[in-house]
Amino acid sequence: MDSSVISFYAISAFLLTFGVMAVTTRKIFRAAIWLLFSLIGIAALYFWMDFQFLAAVQIIVYIGGIVVLIIFSIFLTQMSGKDMPQALTSRKLIALALSLGGFAFIAHFLAHANYHESSGLVDASMPAIGRKLLSVETGGYALPFELISVLLLASMIGCIVIALKKAQEKP
Amino acid sequence: MNAIPLTHVLMVSTALFFIGVYGFFTRRNLITMLMSIELILNSVNINFVAFNKYLYPEQMEGLFFSLFTIAIAAAEAAVAIAIIINLYRTHSSIDVEDADELKL
Repeated sequence: MDSSVISFYAISAFLLTFGVMAVTTRKIFRAAIWLLFSLIGIAALYFWMDFQFLAAVQIIVYIGGIVVLIIFSIFLTQMSGKDMPQALTSRKLIALALSLGGFAFIAHFLAHANYHESSGLVDASMPAIGRKLLSVETGGYALPFELISVLLLASMIGCIVIALKKAQEKP
Repeated sequence: MNAIPLTHVLMVSTALFFIGVYGFFTRRNLITMLMSIELILNSVNINFVAFNKYLYPEQMEGLFFSLFTIAIAAAEAAVAIAIIINLYRTHSSIDVEDADELKL
């Protein structure tokens, strides 16, 4: 057992535990905090796989952006101190059976899968990513990069339009 | 570095996916359902990155797929929360059972 093996299982246990807590707790604010820890675990998994840039993006976008957005919307819409109503036991059992069944189904195939793992090293350094992202040659990502900026602009405008307060009607 | 076989990483991401599915089925509150969707999207990202690292380390396709997925997930979360806030303003509730206006 070297340290990389131990750290993989530790990270996995961490992110799965907090994931389970995020979907089972009855306090909505705690659910957001457990989700935050689970996302931190995923970022740690990216670090473990040597994708430093992706881990940084994960921390900035998910933890710094999405979770903060979720927490703000909880503060705006919920009484965060109160417990959420308990889900129906039948619904819980069905959901549990479906999830465990689906997991067993996929785990069965994974256990028999035979991948030809390559031992090469990934060059996921920031200069390499930047060159690939802005490259217009074959295999470059300049066009998706532009498209994603259009998508972000569209969603920004969409958010403003949706959340815009309707003008007060004249009595 | 490949002390852990690829299937173990995939097992972790599968488990995370079904945790998200469980939350999506049991939760009745739009914000917590959104959290479950985030877990599902993240498990898919782990898959992309793991395949990239273990099977095609000389390319970076999985990394870029994950980057774009994260961007799309951010846009999706922003729009979803705008809709949720608007729904709360008109219905004073964000329970999925109360959001049936289009059905009437």
